[in-house]
Amino acid sequence: MKYVDEYRKKDLILSVSEKLKSISKKEIVLMEVCGGHTMAIHRFGLHSLLPSNIKLISGPGCPVCVSSQHFIDTAMAYSKLPGVIITTYGDLIRVPGSTTSLEKERANGSDVRIIYSVLDALEIAKKNPEKRVVFLGIGFETTAPLTAAAILQAKKEEIPNFFVLSAHKVMPPVMKALVDEGVKIDGFIAPGHVSAITGTAIYDTLASECGLGVVISGFEPVDMMHSVLMLTKQLESGTPKVEVQYQRVVQHDGNKIAQQILENVFELRDDQWRGLGTIPKSGLRIRENLSAFDAEKHFKVDVPESTEPKGCICGQILRGLKTPVDCGLFAKKCTPSDPVGACMVSGEGTCATYYKYRS
Amino acid sequence: MKNRENKILLGHGSGGRMMHDLIENLFLKHFSNTILDEQTDAAILNVGSEEIAFTTDSFVIDPLFFPGGNIGKLAVCGTVNDLAVSGAEPLYISVSMIIEEGFLMQELEVIVESLAAEAKKAGVIIVTGDTKVVNKGKCDKLFINTAGIGRIKKENRFVSKALDIQPGDVIIINGTIGDHGMAVMNARESFNFRTSVESDCASLNHMISEVLGQSSVKFMRDPTRGGVATVLNELVEKTKLGIELDESVMPVTSGVKAMCELLGFDPLHIANEGKVLIVASEKDGNAILELLKKNELGLKSAIIGRVVSDHPGKVVLKNETGGRRIVDSLSGDQLPRIC
Repeated sequence: MKYVDEYRKKDLILSVSEKLKSISKKEIVLMEVCGGHTMAIHRFGLHSLLPSNIKLISGPGCPVCVSSQHFIDTAMAYSKLPGVIITTYGDLIRVPGSTTSLEKERANGSDVRIIYSVLDALEIAKKNPEKRVVFLGIGFETTAPLTAAAILQAKKEEIPNFFVLSAHKVMPPVMKALVDEGVKIDGFIAPGHVSAITGTAIYDTLASECGLGVVISGFEPVDMMHSVLMLTKQLESGTPKVEVQYQRVVQHDGNKIAQQILENVFELRDDQWRGLGTIPKSGLRIRENLSAFDAEKHFKVDVPESTEPKGCICGQILRGLKTPVDCGLFAKKCTPSDPVGACMVSGEGTCATYYKYRS
Repeated sequence: MKNRENKILLGHGSGGRMMHDLIENLFLKHFSNTILDEQTDAAILNVGSEEIAFTTDSFVIDPLFFPGGNIGKLAVCGTVNDLAVSGAEPLYISVSMIIEEGFLMQELEVIVESLAAEAKKAGVIIVTGDTKVVNKGKCDKLFINTAGIGRIKKENRFVSKALDIQPGDVIIINGTIGDHGMAVMNARESFNFRTSVESDCASLNHMISEVLGQSSVKFMRDPTRGGVATVLNELVEKTKLGIELDESVMPVTSGVKAMCELLGFDPLHIANEGKVLIVASEKDGNAILELLKKNELGLKSAIIGRVVSDHPGKVVLKNETGGRRIVDSLSGDQLPRIC
């Protein structure tokens, strides 16, 4: 397949692997922040191609996994209200809330629909004017502009029955929080699609203030290996900085139009992350002038205090402190068909990835 | 069943792990008998001195019409193929319809014509049926059930039972994988992908009969819901052997590959409706491959892997970049209502 096969060439991957082995001397820990990267590493077996002194750990970059229990419980409470249609990306419906999941609520009669684009949610709202349609907004700077554009479209078309429950988040604060917390990381493999929107400057302080290497990477195996090589070169020479590996997509300034749309619709707020607690200015809230579309303003529901599942170590896995195999539930009580924690649900979750590609 | 609060979820019908568990823990618990416990696509029955295969399948596909076929054609192919992979020569089928009030007569006629045409092509006779109409909203347009019986020749009676699988045996498929599931998905979800993915929906009985007549097949199964991955996982579970697949020779059209990349699916989990997986010794395998390639339904046949003694109970895929990964059965509900 064009534009994919080129980046999966075995000889190219192996030659980068050889190069890495020849220059790498220091023990270094690199965190791939994005779930898409975790998937690629395991799917293509890249661990086995790295020198033993380079360790890759997985970070908090799977949107489904980091969405708080409270968010899931709130969505569940909405789904039980009369005349409400919940629209969501597929993975979310199987995440266990404190007591149930959207999938189970659907079997109980709630109207929960899987969509592939937020614009589908707008269409559903237009076709069902007597219903209230809630879109569960999850994801980082990559998906948030789409939600923002849908809200602006709803305003333009005066669609009064479209609402967004936002759990959208931004990437840099959580990366900084992990470093501040003392997680040992020498460099980040940063998600390329985030920077396609934001540009590269969002990581400048990580390099300048924390002395960390950041390489903004594509998602194919050649991209990933190349990014590890770039980071290794930086760290071996003692010159950590922000570099772009994914040059075919990422521009220094990012996508200005998308940035403007984001700015017009959302503002930063302190936000809850599963297993990580509240991180200052890490989430996106709908601005006051668009509150007519904000589900949190429109619906009044009582959500009991959320409880995290017992024995689940998602939080430590999302911090890169532990791997799924350290968890007593992994592949025993917690499997993709009967997940305990969110990291086992999402196709990009660290636990689901380890389960799928376990050997 | 864990507790009284448990309910049926869509995943219980997906052909993957959840459905497997439902069958094991509920249906087999109550229905268990020596014939059913074999869990083959068709039941093998002794009637007088004859052995016959008997099978049934319900079709709830949405949309009713899709590139490459419609629910009528599918309802014949599905049952014919279940009989054929059991080593039987399909003879007679039944057609039962559950129709929603208000369904367009004109659409029904097109579907019935397709049923008749496909039955003729496959050489089976529709000998009985049933018609029910339910109130509007009580079923979605049209559901069809077909059942079928076929005669089994003595030499083919074990072909669905995987009795003599050995390390070194090869795994053959008669063409590209994932076409049906992706064609239906594309037709239903209006992604507007500019691709011409078509369902592979076809009756395989003539091709299979030719293969069985001329070579020695150890096992056959049609990889429908749950895809190739699910059939092969059932096989390794049963045989306590391993299977190694080679991604570089896996036949997948570029359209299916691209859709799977975009949507995050694995073609090995996607349904097929015109494919058969065949296990044979290496020597017989090459002959079967040549035979399949001469048939219009097998032009892109390939040996996609082999049985190994390593990693018993696991299917492992050697990928194009040299890495290896486990290929699990489908868990949960990937693509509901594709057949």
